[in-house]
Amino acid sequence: MTIKGSAYVVGAFEHPTRLAPDKSVAQLHAECALGALADAGLALSDVDGYFCAGDAPGAAPMWMADYLNLKLSWLDGTEAGGCSYLAHIEHAAAAIAAGKCSVALITLAGKPRSSGQATGTAPRALGPDRPEVPWESSFRWTIAGIYGMMAQRHMHEYGTTLEQLAWIKVAASRHAQHNPNALLRKPVSVEDVMNSPVISDPIRRLDCCVITDGGGALVLAKPEIARRIDRPRVKIIGCGETIATNRGGYIDLTRTGAERSGAAAFAEAGVRPADIDYASVYDNFTIMVLMQLEDLGFCAKGEGGRFVADGNLVSGTGSLPWNTDGGGLCNNHPMNRGGITKAVEAIRQLRGEAHPAVQVKDCRLALASGPGLVVGSGHNHATVIFERE
Amino acid sequence: MASSDTRQGTGPAADPAGAADAAGAWQQDPFAAAYPESSEFWAAAAQGRLLLPTCTDCGKAHWYPRVVCPLCGSADLAWSEASGRGTLYAFSPARRADPPYILAYVTLDEGPTLMTNIVDARFEDLRIGQAVSVRFQPAAEGRMMPFFALA
Repeated sequence: MTIKGSAYVVGAFEHPTRLAPDKSVAQLHAECALGALADAGLALSDVDGYFCAGDAPGAAPMWMADYLNLKLSWLDGTEAGGCSYLAHIEHAAAAIAAGKCSVALITLAGKPRSSGQATGTAPRALGPDRPEVPWESSFRWTIAGIYGMMAQRHMHEYGTTLEQLAWIKVAASRHAQHNPNALLRKPVSVEDVMNSPVISDPIRRLDCCVITDGGGALVLAKPEIARRIDRPRVKIIGCGETIATNRGGYIDLTRTGAERSGAAAFAEAGVRPADIDYASVYDNFTIMVLMQLEDLGFCAKGEGGRFVADGNLVSGTGSLPWNTDGGGLCNNHPMNRGGITKAVEAIRQLRGEAHPAVQVKDCRLALASGPGLVVGSGHNHATVIFERE
Repeated sequence: MASSDTRQGTGPAADPAGAADAAGAWQQDPFAAAYPESSEFWAAAAQGRLLLPTCTDCGKAHWYPRVVCPLCGSADLAWSEASGRGTLYAFSPARRADPPYILAYVTLDEGPTLMTNIVDARFEDLRIGQAVSVRFQPAAEGRMMPFFALA
């Protein structure tokens, strides 16, 4: 059985706010839901499947479902960190394929910026309920520290350079200058990235994504409903989801879950990396983009540094147009979770609704891929491949 | 296979009364209490010994400890005393923390890689692959944790 072609993305919405101290998380979820439904020309009363993750009030679907008074036949609260919403696309497509729901709503929202959260640099105060925590909590790991070690290992094993990593930020900034909602709109140079303050060696400030309030939402529908909507139709043709565990302590910080989620998505879609016209690849840190591009198969393992250098990810001039909204590095990383904005920009590209300066000509196949959480220095991972009909 | 580090005697454990406190402190630690199946580890750690969960079926050690071998699925596990020696796999300093510290992964000679901090070292002096050895230090909650120092 496959979910290929069983569901379409009919609505996509990225909340324009980047700072929302005067709104509740529930309000932001609701505004995102209404935004995506308006984009689809549908109403809350059409929704019969609802998907959200740990950022939702109550960290489960019930509370927003009650707030919105949804009439549901399917609920899914899969928590996989930042990639949850890409996993939800797969889950929603599967539920639609099985006839369990017809119109699926996925929402994300949160306010880490207005609450002053030091997302990457503050150790998490975790209780003992997660089984790895007693063995790690005293070591005060931070997200920037973990990703610093990933970058160090990749540089050690493959000769990747800081200049090559900087090119990823440069590409994101060149795209973000065209996005009026982007938090950081100023184009930066390789030198700017190299000269920015060290956060957690070898990661520098401009290797890190932004921290923003906001959110986003997606609406998926079965083909019969998608055909009634007067918009370019975007079909889900391949999905993959996995977890890269800590392998019982036999970790490899240079490999990501994209190896498996990407392979599964490409196999289901029946396409190859070279067929992809546009790629949204999660950019919490520059190093993670580089490793995922390798693991997705856009270049060989260890070749990521050479692949991303010299503007190869810049739309219009590079071989792989990537994160044309400015991504998490420059545009938006709502609630520290980049999964939904990755899908939203892929939908814009496929509909021809990206900014003209970054729009990929005749964009037919797009990919959205990303990790979630830190799990014993592994992570969840999900990949979705979309096709414009 | 002695694993206790003789240089450890600069901390609270140098004081006999303090040593007695440290030896039992793990029993009041909520992170140790939540996992009674790992009590033997914390009791040994309080004595400066590093135990590793090791599979009787596949013969491999794993990290972090759990009741099933994550490598082969066997539930037939035993604690084995590790050498306390390993090599530096990766490290990154938290420069702005007060006091600063060095987050690291160390690959033990027995195979698994574990998260730790490198103590008594300057970031500039560290290199991937350097030999390190365990140096137990107390967690804020009371249990003794396997920190590492250059060997």
